Amino acid sequence: MTENGDATPLVVLKDVNKHFGSLHVLRDINLTISRGEVVVVIGPSGSGKSTLCRAINRLETIDGGTITFDGQPLAAEGKALARLRSEVGMVFQSFNLFAHKTILENVTLGPIKVRGVARAEAERRGMELLERVGIGAQASKYPAQLSGGQQQRVAIARALAMDPKMILFDEPTSALDPEMVQEVLDVMVRLASEGMTMVVVTHEMGFARRAADRVVFMADGQIVEENAPDEFFTAPRTDRAKDFLSKILTH
Amino acid sequence: MQALIDEFPVIRDAFWLTIRLTLASGFMALVLGTILAAMRVSPLPVLRTIGTAYVNIVRNTPLTLVIVFCGLGLGLVLDVSFSTSLSTNYLWLSIIGLSAYTAAFVCEAIRAGINTVPVGQAEAARAIGLTFMQNLRLIVLPQALRSVVAPLGSILIALIKNTTVAAAIGVGEASLTMKTLFEAHGDAVVPIFFGFAVAFLVLTLPTGLLFTWLSKRLAVIR
Repeated sequence: MTENGDATPLVVLKDVNKHFGSLHVLRDINLTISRGEVVVVIGPSGSGKSTLCRAINRLETIDGGTITFDGQPLAAEGKALARLRSEVGMVFQSFNLFAHKTILENVTLGPIKVRGVARAEAERRGMELLERVGIGAQASKYPAQLSGGQQQRVAIARALAMDPKMILFDEPTSALDPEMVQEVLDVMVRLASEGMTMVVVTHEMGFARRAADRVVFMADGQIVEENAPDEFFTAPRTDRAKDFLSKILTH
Repeated sequence: MQALIDEFPVIRDAFWLTIRLTLASGFMALVLGTILAAMRVSPLPVLRTIGTAYVNIVRNTPLTLVIVFCGLGLGLVLDVSFSTSLSTNYLWLSIIGLSAYTAAFVCEAIRAGINTVPVGQAEAARAIGLTFMQNLRLIVLPQALRSVVAPLGSILIALIKNTTVAAAIGVGEASLTMKTLFEAHGDAVVPIFFGFAVAFLVLTLPTGLLFTWLSKRLAVIR
């Protein structure tokens, strides 16, 4: 887990709390993510796992506690926050490709506008990434012309184009038709094996078993249990986790 | 009918002035309206308040009053001057009034457009590190504007007709010229009236068709 030759953790969440009105969605979250680690966050809906994921690049603000990324506390706003976000890729449940931009423009926008990369270089690299996720032939189309699975692979390429230090996946396959889930998971498994630091909120237990270094199980805004995937799935320690697994693994 | 033919150069010049008023005011209203819309969605409360106050005050004031304020208030009292020529000066003062008034409507149309852009678009833009202004300029406004082409067309048509209010401060656009011609050709009031009415339709109908076509062409497919 020290692929970058740096043993300091990449992300540290300490005593993180968040409320939505009277709802306490994150309760005293403590979580450390090492460089190169793949952390899968699972749990029933409403458990706060998406909020946790979105708090790491401050798409959600927190009420209490601290989050540090690469040794620095998250900036509250402005240029410093934008810089942090450019180093943390994000893949959304609903893809969120820029609807008025072509596939290639989606992938090159960040490098050109945020990093100041020359257009030609950004396009060369963009095409390379699109080829890597198998969408090279669709580069000049618009997002609406692609299937969900293809769009999500473009979204992954868009995140990769920024050379991020980690990528957050917020239920990346939940909005996909069943036959398209695998093509997206394949790309994610490959990224994981290449040493990308990933936080993945998902219901795909197969992916968790295959690619995760650690499974974090959340319920009611708390981290109830965390463990290596094999141990977690075969011998969950808490009743809450046993109950959850019995509901999703029996069919 | 003969009066219309005899006075054609005068009528042509009057409508040319109407067109120039429309283009200048339309352009300035689009710029100002976009800035106001950006203010109304900005994270800074003070900008939001200014934007909201502007829209509510200007949109609810009769255009005639806005134009008269520009002519009397700005022109005579505050001595705002764009040209030593009196008629050019009042032309610009009326453009300011028309732009300021129309901008309030443009702002509201664009703000409605911003609401049609899914939250995820702005979130994705923030997630790749775009700043608030880049997000607005590159992602949100282009999609918002494209979704409100048709309403902006309606505002432009309203503006074409609203230029007639510039007559209130003596700008010699089409309606003032029509009144002048009524006086010179008392026997041909009806033909002159219909001549001007048709000429306005020649401006407004194609504008409507153009914007309907544009709105289909530019629509963002989701």
